[in-house]
Parts: sequence; structure tokens; C-alpha cells
Amino acid sequence: MKTDSNVYTIVYATVIVVIVAVLLAVVSQVLGPRQRANALLDTQKQILVALNQDIDNCKNPAALYKELIRDTFYVCASPEKEFFNADEALAMPLAEAKKMAAKSGAPRFFTAVVDGELMFIIPLKGQGLWGGIWGYVALREDLNTIYGINFGHESETPGLGGEIVTEDFRSRFVGKHIKDATGELRSVAVLKVGKVAPEGQEQVDAWTGATITSTGVNDMLATSLHQYYFALVGEEAMNKANELREQYGCWSAAACVPAEENVESNNQEEE
Amino acid sequence: MALSKKTKEAFLGPLNANNPVLVQILGICSALAVTVQLKPALVMGISVTIIVALSNVVIALIRKSIPMRIRIIVQLVVVAALVTIVSEVLKAFAYDVAMQLSVYIGLIITNCILMGRLEAFAMTNNVKDSLMDGLGNGLGYAMILVMVAFVRELLGSGKLLGFQVIPQWCYDHGYSNCGMMFMPAMALILVGCVIWAHRSINEENK
Repeated sequence: MKTDSNVYTIVYATVIVVIVAVLLAVVSQVLGPRQRANALLDTQKQILVALNQDIDNCKNPAALYKELIRDTFYVCASPEKEFFNADEALAMPLAEAKKMAAKSGAPRFFTAVVDGELMFIIPLKGQGLWGGIWGYVALREDLNTIYGINFGHESETPGLGGEIVTEDFRSRFVGKHIKDATGELRSVAVLKVGKVAPEGQEQVDAWTGATITSTGVNDMLATSLHQYYFALVGEEAMNKANELREQYGCWSAAACVPAEENVESNNQEEE
Repeated sequence: MALSKKTKEAFLGPLNANNPVLVQILGICSALAVTVQLKPALVMGISVTIIVALSNVVIALIRKSIPMRIRIIVQLVVVAALVTIVSEVLKAFAYDVAMQLSVYIGLIITNCILMGRLEAFAMTNNVKDSLMDGLGNGLGYAMILVMVAFVRELLGSGKLLGFQVIPQWCYDHGYSNCGMMFMPAMALILVGCVIWAHRSINEENK
């Protein structure tokens, strides 16, 4: 066969491209549902890690997720208001909120009940050194204390920025408060060892050698939490949290929180 | 199954005397990028091995029909299609590994070893030899990656595959991790050391 002619070359190129295109389309169609199921399960696992659940030893994370997670809320931006309104966000029926959220790209959050205590799970989204970073932070019913946190990243350097996913880094956030004494939202600062956060803001140590990724985590926490400002701060938000707690039949941890704080501050003084 | 001398050579050559990284100095770019820790290096090594072997087989199968003037494009299309399919399959059946790999997918397509083997071997050899050549080159490459990653993870963070191997006792007595190991330059220096050792051993054998 003469393989040098122009006609042969063009026909050959066309045929091979068509074959490859069909092949890729078929593969994508056949595997699509499975991949989406995997992606969903992965998200559920990340949320479970934020709730301090031991997913490595959990046989059925999907069932555990179903057991713990109660509701999904969409935070909706009203056109005439600059910020999101907590009451609207929490009171709106799910279907309606979903529609509005899809239109405005507004964020959502989840409520869960862990060991009888109400939790709020806020998704985080930000930028690391090489690509996107994300996470989920679980807040206790006071909408202030961090119960657990989880991070993920696209392509941070293994051994440096990639270490934000480790227990070592995540555990630094547990027990920190995102609001100051007046109840204003301040987020938690991620700072190099030795640097001190502004008055009223709590801080954790950045990961050594991963300055830009740590700054990314810092910015991600601040911007993402502020998207939920009116669902987190103010009397309406607190009232709604109380309402939900009664609705789910949770015990009130409010009495315990100050006691735990005392223990912590004592420890810090000893150190 | 008795393998002919040529088939054996196609497999064993790249593991030592004709190693793609050590002798042909191919695939250095990814050797720098993925060797900070052992796990991504292993995953990358295995993926490259599979993809070199498969693409070698495909190209060897159709080698007689490929028009000379567009052969490089045809090779690229085959490699890109294979990489995409492998990544899709991983996403469906081994999601965790796929997430690990996602960063390096692009690197696999552009890996010089792939194009090098397709052009230099698969275009002129039969399917069986091409398969062995692909496996040999992939493993030869993986071997070096694992060696470099072993040293970098051990000295850089005191861990292997994420597990702490250097005991706390050493840190308490003044040992500290070598931050230099995170730098790409250290990968190059380590590859240089391996090449040095490899050359001097081979020199003695001659």
C-alpha cells in the first residue's frame, strides 16, 4: 500500500481521529455515573472528616453521612440587600432556595447532629500556591467554636503545601473561635510562628515551608466565612440555631462551653 | 514461554545498561516534580509503565499503516487517548488514586520517554518486542523515581510512604530534617549521584 500519498494521509488522519473521538465519548458516557457517584462519596467523606469522624475505619461512609447530616441550607442573596439575610436563608423551603442559589451562585451549608450536639458545616473555597484549595469547617451550636476542619487541594507541593490535609495541621484549628468577644466575625488567622494576630482574632501556626499555601488557607477562611456572615452573626442567626437545636432534639452544650474554655486557658497559662 | 534473545534484551536493557533516565537522560522533568514523596513517585512510575507498554503495543500494531509524514501526530493522538482513558477508568474504579494522579496526567502525555520509545522502537519492531520494551523502559524509569523519592522523603521529612520512620528520639537529640530535599535541585543532584554510581559500576563490569 502506498502510504505516502496525500489522499491516504488525510483519510488516515480523519479515520484515526474519529475512532479516538468515538472511543473517548463511549468511555466517558459509560463511566460517567460511576465517576459522579465517586465524587459525591468523596465530598461526603470530606464533610465527615470535618466532623471528626474516623472514616478510615468506617465501612459505609454514605450511611454515616445520612445518619449525621440533617439539612442543607442555601444562603440566598437578596437583590436589594448587600449581604445575605440569615432568616431568609434558613427559613426558605429547600426547593425554592435551591433555585435561588443556582441563579445567584449563592453558597450553601449543612447542619448535622454529632453525639447529640448540633453542628454547622460551612464549605470553604480558596486558592493555594499551584491551584485551588477547599475545605469544610464544622462549627458548634454557638456558631463560633470550631469543632473540626478538613482541607483538600488540587496540586499543592507534596510534603509542603500538601501537608495542610494532615491531622497535624487540621487539629490546630480545633477549639478556636471565629468571633471575637463582642460576637463580631473575625475568622481564624493562619500565621507564621512568632507573628501575632490583631487584637480579638485567634490564630494558628502556619505550616513551615508552605508560606503561600498557609496564606491561602488564611484568606480562604476569611472570605468563605464572610459569605455566611448573616447566617453566623447576629441575634437572628443565634435564634435560628436555638430553633434548630430544639427541632433536632439536641442537648444544649451551652453550659459546657465556658467550662472547656477555662480548662484551655489554664493550660495555655501553664505552657 | 521462551523469549528470544532480542525480546529479553528489549525488556532488560532499559533496566540497566540502557536506562532511559540514567543513560538516555529522558524523563528528567517529571523525576524532579513527583519525587518529593514516595507515594506519588510510585503511582507515577506504575502509570508511565502501563501507558508506555500500551502505546508501544498500539503503535506496533498499526506501524505499517502509519503515513510517515504524520507519524508523530498519530503517536501523540494514541498516547493522549490512552492517558485520557486510563484516567477516566481510574476516576471510576480507584477514585483516590485518580485524585493523586490528576496532577501528573499532563506530565505523562509529555513524557519524553513515551515519544522516544514509540519513535525509536515501536515504529520498527513487532508487538511482542514492543510490549517488553515498553514494560522495561517504564520500570527502568519507575526504579529511578522510587530511588530518588526514597532518599528525598526519608531525609526531607523523616517519613516513608507517609509513615514516620526516623524516631522522635533522634529529633530530641538534635537531628533535624533536611529542608533542601524539597527543592527540585536536590532531585537533580540525587539523579546525578545515581548516574555516577551506575556508570562506575558498569565501568568495572566491562
